Amino acid sequence: MSDRDTIFALATAPGKAGVAVLRISGCQVKRVAKNLSISLPAPRYAATRALKDRDQALLDRGLVLFFPAGNSFTGEDVLELHMHGSMAVVRALLRELSDMAGLRLARAGEFTRRALENDRLDVARVEGLADLIDAETEAQRRQAMRILSGDLGKISQTWREDLTRAASLIEASIDFVDEDLPTDVRPEVLSLLDGTLQSLAREMMGISAAQRIRSGFEVAILGAPNVGKSTVLNALAGRPAAITSAYAGTTRDVIEVQMDLDGLLVCFLDTAGLRETSDPVEQMGIEQTLKRAEAADLRVVLTEAGTRPALAPRCGDIVLTAKADLHGNPKQSISGKTGFGLAPLLEQIKKELSQRASIAGVATQQRHRTAMTQAQSSLHEAKTLLNSAPDRYDIIAEEIHCAIRALDSLIGRVDTETILDEIFSRFCIGK
Amino acid sequence: MKHFDIIVVGGGHAGCEAAHAAARMGCRVALITLKAKGIGALSCNPAIGGLGKGHLVREIDALDGFMGRAADMAGIQYRLLNRSKGPAVQGPRAQVDRAAYRHAMRTAIAHSTGIDVIEGEVVDLVIKQSTACGVLLADDSRILSEVVILTTGTFLRGVVHMGDIAHSGGRIGENASVRLAERMEAMEMPMGRLKTGTPPRLDRNSINWDIVDMQAGDDAPAMLSFLSAQPALPQVCCGITATNEKTHDIIRRNLARSAMYSGQIQGVGPRYCPSIEDKITRFADKTAHQVFLEPEGLRSTTIYPNGISTSMPADVQTTYVRSIRGLEKAQLLQPGYAIEYDYIDPRSLRSTLETKNMPGLFLAGQINGTTGYEEAAAQGLMAGMNAALGRQGKEPQNFSRAESYIGVMIDDLVTRGVCEPYRMFSSRAEFRLSLRADNADQRLTPLGIALGLVGPDRRQKFEQKAQALACGRSLLDQKTTTPRELASAGIKVAQDGARRTLFQIMAFPNICFADVAQFEPRLDALPLEIQRQLENDARYANYLERQKHDVAALRRNEAQEIPMSLDYSAIAGLSNELKTKLSKARPQNLAQAEKIDGMTPAALMLLMVKLRQNQAPAKKEASP
Repeated sequence: MSDRDTIFALATAPGKAGVAVLRISGCQVKRVAKNLSISLPAPRYAATRALKDRDQALLDRGLVLFFPAGNSFTGEDVLELHMHGSMAVVRALLRELSDMAGLRLARAGEFTRRALENDRLDVARVEGLADLIDAETEAQRRQAMRILSGDLGKISQTWREDLTRAASLIEASIDFVDEDLPTDVRPEVLSLLDGTLQSLAREMMGISAAQRIRSGFEVAILGAPNVGKSTVLNALAGRPAAITSAYAGTTRDVIEVQMDLDGLLVCFLDTAGLRETSDPVEQMGIEQTLKRAEAADLRVVLTEAGTRPALAPRCGDIVLTAKADLHGNPKQSISGKTGFGLAPLLEQIKKELSQRASIAGVATQQRHRTAMTQAQSSLHEAKTLLNSAPDRYDIIAEEIHCAIRALDSLIGRVDTETILDEIFSRFCIGK
Repeated sequence: MKHFDIIVVGGGHAGCEAAHAAARMGCRVALITLKAKGIGALSCNPAIGGLGKGHLVREIDALDGFMGRAADMAGIQYRLLNRSKGPAVQGPRAQVDRAAYRHAMRTAIAHSTGIDVIEGEVVDLVIKQSTACGVLLADDSRILSEVVILTTGTFLRGVVHMGDIAHSGGRIGENASVRLAERMEAMEMPMGRLKTGTPPRLDRNSINWDIVDMQAGDDAPAMLSFLSAQPALPQVCCGITATNEKTHDIIRRNLARSAMYSGQIQGVGPRYCPSIEDKITRFADKTAHQVFLEPEGLRSTTIYPNGISTSMPADVQTTYVRSIRGLEKAQLLQPGYAIEYDYIDPRSLRSTLETKNMPGLFLAGQINGTTGYEEAAAQGLMAGMNAALGRQGKEPQNFSRAESYIGVMIDDLVTRGVCEPYRMFSSRAEFRLSLRADNADQRLTPLGIALGLVGPDRRQKFEQKAQALACGRSLLDQKTTTPRELASAGIKVAQDGARRTLFQIMAFPNICFADVAQFEPRLDALPLEIQRQLENDARYANYLERQKHDVAALRRNEAQEIPMSLDYSAIAGLSNELKTKLSKARPQNLAQAEKIDGMTPAALMLLMVKLRQNQAPAKKEASP
């Protein structure tokens, strides 16, 4: 199995407190232990160790377990680090591991897959685990969607366009000689690479400094116009955050209210009412609503008594009847006006969310940081080659493709067809 | 009635390589074609190879196919494309003498033991127990076999368009195959329609050669076959001219009369080989398009004007051709035309090119939605080889994307299908740095030897070369030197004090073989070809090391085969959407399954479990 990367991931999903378990699997495990300045405990015995970073600064003290190959979950050497569950500790440790050569964050389900390939799992267990992996995949997808709807999403769209264009210029001059192409594509490629590199550098500084990628949860409040979403939100927030009026279609933008629910960072989204409309501005509001709702971690759907919900509730949604005060406060109902049902709703939200991985946000940040670092180094290499050795187009192309692959999770997949599309739409190819 | 192992229908590039490969492996083959005279015909441009395509030719050659050798017997101008852009993307190309090429291919087929050439029109398949086991000819005679390989090119319901005139035909002057197309339809093969085109042909003596530019071939020609040493025929130049505003005006004025623009053609054409109508419509701001004037042969008076394929009426063609510099008095020997034809969605094939629906029936070439001689020939070789392996009761041989352009092409076809005629580009190969034209023999000839595809002559030549390479490599690996020693020999490298092997030093961008040969005199004795290849190996070594994980992961997934009979509906936990998609696509291995749209890690895992479950009993028997 030496042809494989060593992988690591958080195996637990606590909130701010408790224990965070980090699992590392692969042939580099012993080296990882050495790099963290810990001596390996006897196989399968827990021992307390002090973990240090590369500058010998203390990261955390925690329990360490070592499972040798053949006696572990994956069948490979496995190291388990039980750390204090604070975001800061986890973040620092993830970063330390990402920077080690031959190590990378595991993809969804990768531990299980290795276990399976090494004949360490029976069928029943895998079928059980499939649900867990699906949830993991879903959590990563949601994180990605949320990030892509923000500023980073806009910037990464530019990266995608520029890198696709740079690759297509190089590929066009490789695959279509004897055609009427610009004779020297290097100046344009260079400027595209430079632009992307500068933008990448700015973003990476932004990530560590300003925490642009939020790691809290989003809860969307949805329902037909005038069902009382904004009133409920205002009641939750204790201040009038969204304008409310008795006329349908008042809230045209997504309104956010941040709250701290017992240590859980929660962002409530009040959304434009869902209905058929001919008003283009309102239509835009509704589209935005659906997009944000899709990405939200949890959705609260408000319905009118006796009517069908404006959108089909998904599994996991909280469905409540609104304007409880007008109907004698039945079960599963809420009123923003009287405050009826607010406390049970908050309880339910807290319960739902604390079961989910808030720490996924930290891992996502780390994933993106690693992706950007890799892309940077490939693009720097491509730039150097472009300046010094014009006959290395094939290698320049390889470096640009490496950068694109690294940024895959941010910019989406760019495959051969995307590049060919770009070439054929820009240049008249074909003798 | 004669009984054959394999029937090959069609004598084009796919058919010839299919028949030749199966015969090399000891099969009795019937090659059935409309006209024996048409075997080895180049129906479009008179050239073999190019970018991506040159790689395919070298791979066909490495497996002892005949295309490269035929091209070298007929080559009249050689150019190594991308000479300045890195050895991995250099593509050998040869302009060939059409008659000499056809002669070489016909002779090779005629001299192959085991191939019977039969003239006739195949109108139907003979099917027993839903297995293809022969063909029916138009004269009602039947020919039986174990396997049928269809390589019917553009003949399936082919329609030739020239302006407002359209007629049924597979190529200019030849009949289309309509009944066979109807049979495919009856078998519920998913089918579609594509189109391609060809330019008018010009009389050489009517061109004013004094006012067009001329382009000569390379001084040191790169041959297409590993077995060839130098060109067999005298070398010639090509002319280069260009369209102008006047040409474009004429075409624009007559657009409504173009078969493509009048709505007569529904088939999708290739974007990389647009007609002149397409070029001036889509890129209206361009005032000129290059036209290459390629001689069709040494004795032929026909010139192929590359760059102006068209479906205009003949009179418009004459007018616009004559508006081009040097062609003012050009005589058209044959007008250009577009051809529309049926293709079978290649997703209905296994990687062996056998149809999933009907055992014993293989498809190769343009019928699978590809374009180009080289793409067709490579598929023919694969179909012929796998059909022969099947006859011998052996396992089929699939080619990995990590190992060859052939593997890339077949994987693209069977997993992604086509939406325009598929052409090979080097950018389609994600591991192209290791898939060079110069190492095609290193990659594939040993496999060809093991499969019985490669004859004794090539085997001997290859083994000598492999030995020389191994010897050179070990000299380069054993001898080490330091930056200081390099500097004193006048070679500039970073003075980091690290001792490196000569091979590692050769990986630096500015170092060539001659530089390191100063430190090991025995290196000088290696043949130039070997020196060049070692230099290329070193150049990419670091990058190949980096791709090692990806290649290993791909190969692991490719190695995990999925039986065609797997019941996806019985896999617990798989979503209904994926069950439907998987049942429809019937991927052959995990690598193909992974590419299916909507595939999740969990679903892949469930699939793996199911496969392991199925394999488990066999595994237990095997263990001691």
